[in-house]
This record gives sequence, C-alpha cells and structure tokens, in this order.
Amino acid sequence: MPYIDIIPIGEIDETLLLFLKQSLFQTFNIQTRIRNRRFNLSPVYDPVRNQYNSSGLLLELINDTPPETLRILGVTDLDVFIPIFTFLFGEAQLNGVGALVSSHRLHNQFYGIPENKELLKDRLLKEGIHELGHTFGLIHCFSLNCVMKSSTYVEEIDQKSTHFCRSCNQQILNWQDGKKLDMVRNGSQEKS
Amino acid sequence: MNNQGVSILVVDDEFSVRDSLYNWFKSEGYRVDTAENGMEALKKLQEGPWDIALVDIKMPGMDGMELQRHIKKIDSTIILIIITAYATVDTAVEAMKEGAYDYLSKPVDPDKLSILIRNAVNQKRLIAENIQLKQKVDELSLQDEIVGESPQIKKILEIIDTVAKTDATVMIRGESGTGKELVAQAIHGKSNRRYFPIISINCGAFPEGLLESELFGHEKGAFTGAQYKRKGKLEMANGGSLFFDEIGNIGIKMQMDLLRVIETKQFTPLGSNKVVDVDFRIIAATNSDLERKVAEKDFREDLYYRLNVFSLQIPPLRERTADIPLIARYFLEKYARSMNKDVTDISPEAMKVLIQYNWPGNIRELRNTIERALVVVGEKDRIEPEDLNLLFLAKANPPGDSLEEIERAHVQRILEQSDWNISRSAEILKIDRVTLYNKIKKYGLQR
Repeated sequence: MPYIDIIPIGEIDETLLLFLKQSLFQTFNIQTRIRNRRFNLSPVYDPVRNQYNSSGLLLELINDTPPETLRILGVTDLDVFIPIFTFLFGEAQLNGVGALVSSHRLHNQFYGIPENKELLKDRLLKEGIHELGHTFGLIHCFSLNCVMKSSTYVEEIDQKSTHFCRSCNQQILNWQDGKKLDMVRNGSQEKS
Repeated sequence: MNNQGVSILVVDDEFSVRDSLYNWFKSEGYRVDTAENGMEALKKLQEGPWDIALVDIKMPGMDGMELQRHIKKIDSTIILIIITAYATVDTAVEAMKEGAYDYLSKPVDPDKLSILIRNAVNQKRLIAENIQLKQKVDELSLQDEIVGESPQIKKILEIIDTVAKTDATVMIRGESGTGKELVAQAIHGKSNRRYFPIISINCGAFPEGLLESELFGHEKGAFTGAQYKRKGKLEMANGGSLFFDEIGNIGIKMQMDLLRVIETKQFTPLGSNKVVDVDFRIIAATNSDLERKVAEKDFREDLYYRLNVFSLQIPPLRERTADIPLIARYFLEKYARSMNKDVTDISPEAMKVLIQYNWPGNIRELRNTIERALVVVGEKDRIEPEDLNLLFLAKANPPGDSLEEIERAHVQRILEQSDWNISRSAEILKIDRVTLYNKIKKYGLQR
C-alpha cells in the first residue's frame, strides 16, 4: 500500500502531526503515516545565517526511502533557506518524492503578534498540501483560492484555501488514474 | 494570465543559485534555463528569444557588466536583472546606467523577487503592446486616404510630406468638401506627433461661450450647468495636434484668447486659477476669405499671421477631373465592402456623368453620390447613370462663370465629341496640337 510519509524534523507538536496525517489523507486520498527518523542537522546548518539549508534537508529526507513510500513530507519548525533566498516556507521536488514545510515563519509570534494555534494548523496544512502538490507535478496556480497559489508572505497563505482549484484537482486525479493504470499493467505483467 | 509564454535565463557561476532559481521559476510556470558563465549565456541567448535575464555580477571570465553589454547588442528588448552578493550603490548605479531593469542583492527576499519578476513581465508586455500599437498607427497613417494622381494632388502630397516633418502651423484653404480635415490628418499622421491625438474642433459649430469651454475646459461650478470638471480640447491635444476647422468663424474675443494660447502655450481652464502648460501643433482650415476679414477687421491680423505660417490650397474637384474616376472607384470599393455589396465597377456612361458634373460639394458630394448609388443599385454588379442622382444636376450645373472653367468644359466636350482625336479636336478648337496638349495638362483632362 503506497503511503505519504510525514516525517518530523526536530521538535514538532504531535497534535499538529496527527492533524496533518488526517487532513492530507482527505486531500490526496492516499494513506498517510507518521514516520520518525533521526537527522544529523549539522551539515545543513549555516551559522552565518542561523538557518538550515532546505535543499540539504530535502536530500537527507529522501535518503533511504522505503519502497511503500509514495511521497514524503518533512515537517520542521527550523528556519529554512536556499542560498539565493532569505527564507522559505517550504520546498519540494517538482515531480519528485520529497517535500518539506517549515512552520518557523508560520507562527504569529514570529511577527510579534499573539500566537494562534488554529491559524498555525491552517497555514501548515496549506503549505504541506502546496509542497506535496509540486511533487505531483503541479506548478503555481493563478487562481486566488487555489492552494497552489504562490505565497511569499503569511497573509497570502491566509487568503488562499486548503483546496485545489478545478484545474489543479483534475491534474491530481489524472496523476492518480495514471498510477492505477500502471499498477494494473504491472500486475498483469507479473501474472503473465 | 499565466507565465508559460515567459522565458527566463539565469546566469550565475554558483550551482546552488542556478538550481534554486531554476526550481523557483519552474514552479511558477516560467520557461527557464540556466548558464554558468557569460559564454554559455551568450550561446543560449543567440539560440532563441528570452524575455528576462538574471545575471550575476561577479563571475569568473566575463563578468555580469560585460555580459550585460553583449546581451543588449544581441537583443535590446531583454529585461536584465543584475544579481549581486556585493550590493553597493556604485554597482547598482552602473548596472542601471548600462540599461539593467533592476538589481537584486543575495540572498533575495522571495516576495521581492516575485514582485520584481511580475513587474518586469508586465513591463515587457506593455513594451511589446506599445510596439504593436505603434505599428498599427503607422499602418493606418500610411493608408493613403488622399486619392488622386493629378499633378495638383501629387503636389499636395509632396507638400504634406515636407510640412509634416516640421512643427509649423499650417493653414489649409479650400472649398467645402475638398478634404481639408483629411489633409490635416495626413499632416498629423506623418509628423512626429502621430502617436499623440489629433483633436478636431469645428469653430463654426459652437457659439462663442461654448467654444471657450470646449477649448479651455472648466472646473466644476465654473458656470451654470458645469456639474463636473471637464478637460478642454487644448489639454486633450497635448503632445499632438489641434485642428481648427472653419477658423474664420471664431469671434473677436476668442481670437484674442487663442492668440495668447498660441504664443504662451499656456491657458487657464474656466473657473480655475491654475495655469496649464500645453504642447501642440496647430493646423487650421478655412474656406472663407480670411484676407478680406482681416481687411474688414473681422479677423485679427496678428492671429492671421500666426496661423498662416504655411498655407496649403486644396483645389476643388472640378479643377482635377482626372482624379474623379480614381476617387469614385476608391469610394465604390470602400462602401461596397462596408455594405457587403457585390458591385465592382462603374459603367463608362456613369463615369462620364461623374466626370462632366461640376461637383460644387467637391469630394464630400462625390462620396455621398457613390454611397447613395450603392444603395439604389439593386442586384446589378456595376453602377449605371440612372443610379446616380446627377443626371439632371449635370445639366443644371454648367461650368462656373470664369473663363477658365468655361474653357475647361469646352475643351473636354470637344475632345469627347471627337473621341479624343487630338488633331481633329485642335482643328475644331482652331488651336495647334501643342496648345491643346498644354490645355489638357493644365486642366488635368482625362479620357
């Protein structure tokens, strides 16, 4: 059975992980599970920027992927970056296996306003779906409500919904149909 | 709106920068490629059109500034964004001076990059749209609406070409319907002001008070009924041309106000205390005897000289009968297309009627005649004499009273009578052949 693995990196509130597990299953209709792993963070830590290299984390994340794992979503509270950008909310491999989402800049507290746990859950879910969407080949969408709309600041995340627009949703369905077809083909080959 | 049609080339010697920007732009839906040095970038730039190039300033070998100069030579429309890890005012200023659209310092704020690229794409689209629109304007301007091959009209077209290139005020003289506004539009269309509007104002159509508000505009409440602020035609013509039709019809006060505007290029809208600066070229037209009006003190002499910098006289249609078949066919084609009619020709008999007619209303009358003929022509594929409303008029409108007009009509009649046999016509007219040829040329007569 294929899974979307949710892998915490560093300290993550378990209720958040369980919420993601349930919500991502509802969104993608693919079984989800929480898989714990140990990470050596020192190679991806940049002391000058006091941030963690997202691309390095992503590579570490997809290392030793179990065969039943279809996609991986790494969830971290660390502040992540790629060299060209000051920060990232998340990163994903387009049409690949791995995606990463950081809650560091999703907290209200980061912007000096009182923490709002519900808002944090909502933002984390949207960014989790968004990054996983890239792994299914989706690019940024111009539909204002679509979860695949690009967000470069939290207010933009709050403006979009947790859902795919009709066009993006169709691409996910097409992907799933193609996958089922592959499984049927592989199954018939095995029988013969 | 989507980004699929937009292409971005990322030039940076650092793999991590190329890779992360590549992935970022890819996820945004752009067509993206990377180059790790200047030489590779130039090769890729020559392979296809690119909309945006993000160029690192510090690269081994050819640096970003040098690459920028090469890129501008290959394609000056590429939007260049300089990326630098060592953002200093000097490098930024230098890059901008060399034509860069903007610069980014590493690391880049994702939001800033997103906005910068969006603005750059919009700018590129606007530039492309602007070029397309200018081409359309040029095409429209080149459509020669002034039809004719007679020596008189050829001379007019030559003068238009010459005067259009200057910014001189032009006074167009000619009878009603000779196409004075068309000439004004042609002058504007061939001038450097062609991308700005030409605003026409018929001075004969407004009472003086209204003309003042039409020209200068007014503030809200400037007079009874001025419920809204309104821009005047002087302001609307800013950058372009202002065409005063029937200039001879403006009152003395308006003449004074207009003279002041022409001299200062400034005016104050009605009810306002703000002076507005304007820049326009004036083209005026009249069919009245301005010199007589000046002599009778009905038209200010100083305004007359201001407007009469370059005078252009358009001949009446009856003085260039050689152009009638061409103009008639031009209107036939134009109106047949717009009315969706399969009328393709004018019969020789109908054309003869058109040539013989005196055309007191000039080209406007000819245009209306052809338009009307196309309405009444029915299912026929060509216009016949009975479709023209001129048969009785042709007889009722003898040539004018001047000796020249009578001579022209007489020479033409004799030529047609003798089926354009020059010797026979010369014999009937009791003139030699050379004189007859001179008269045919002079009056623009055509078989």
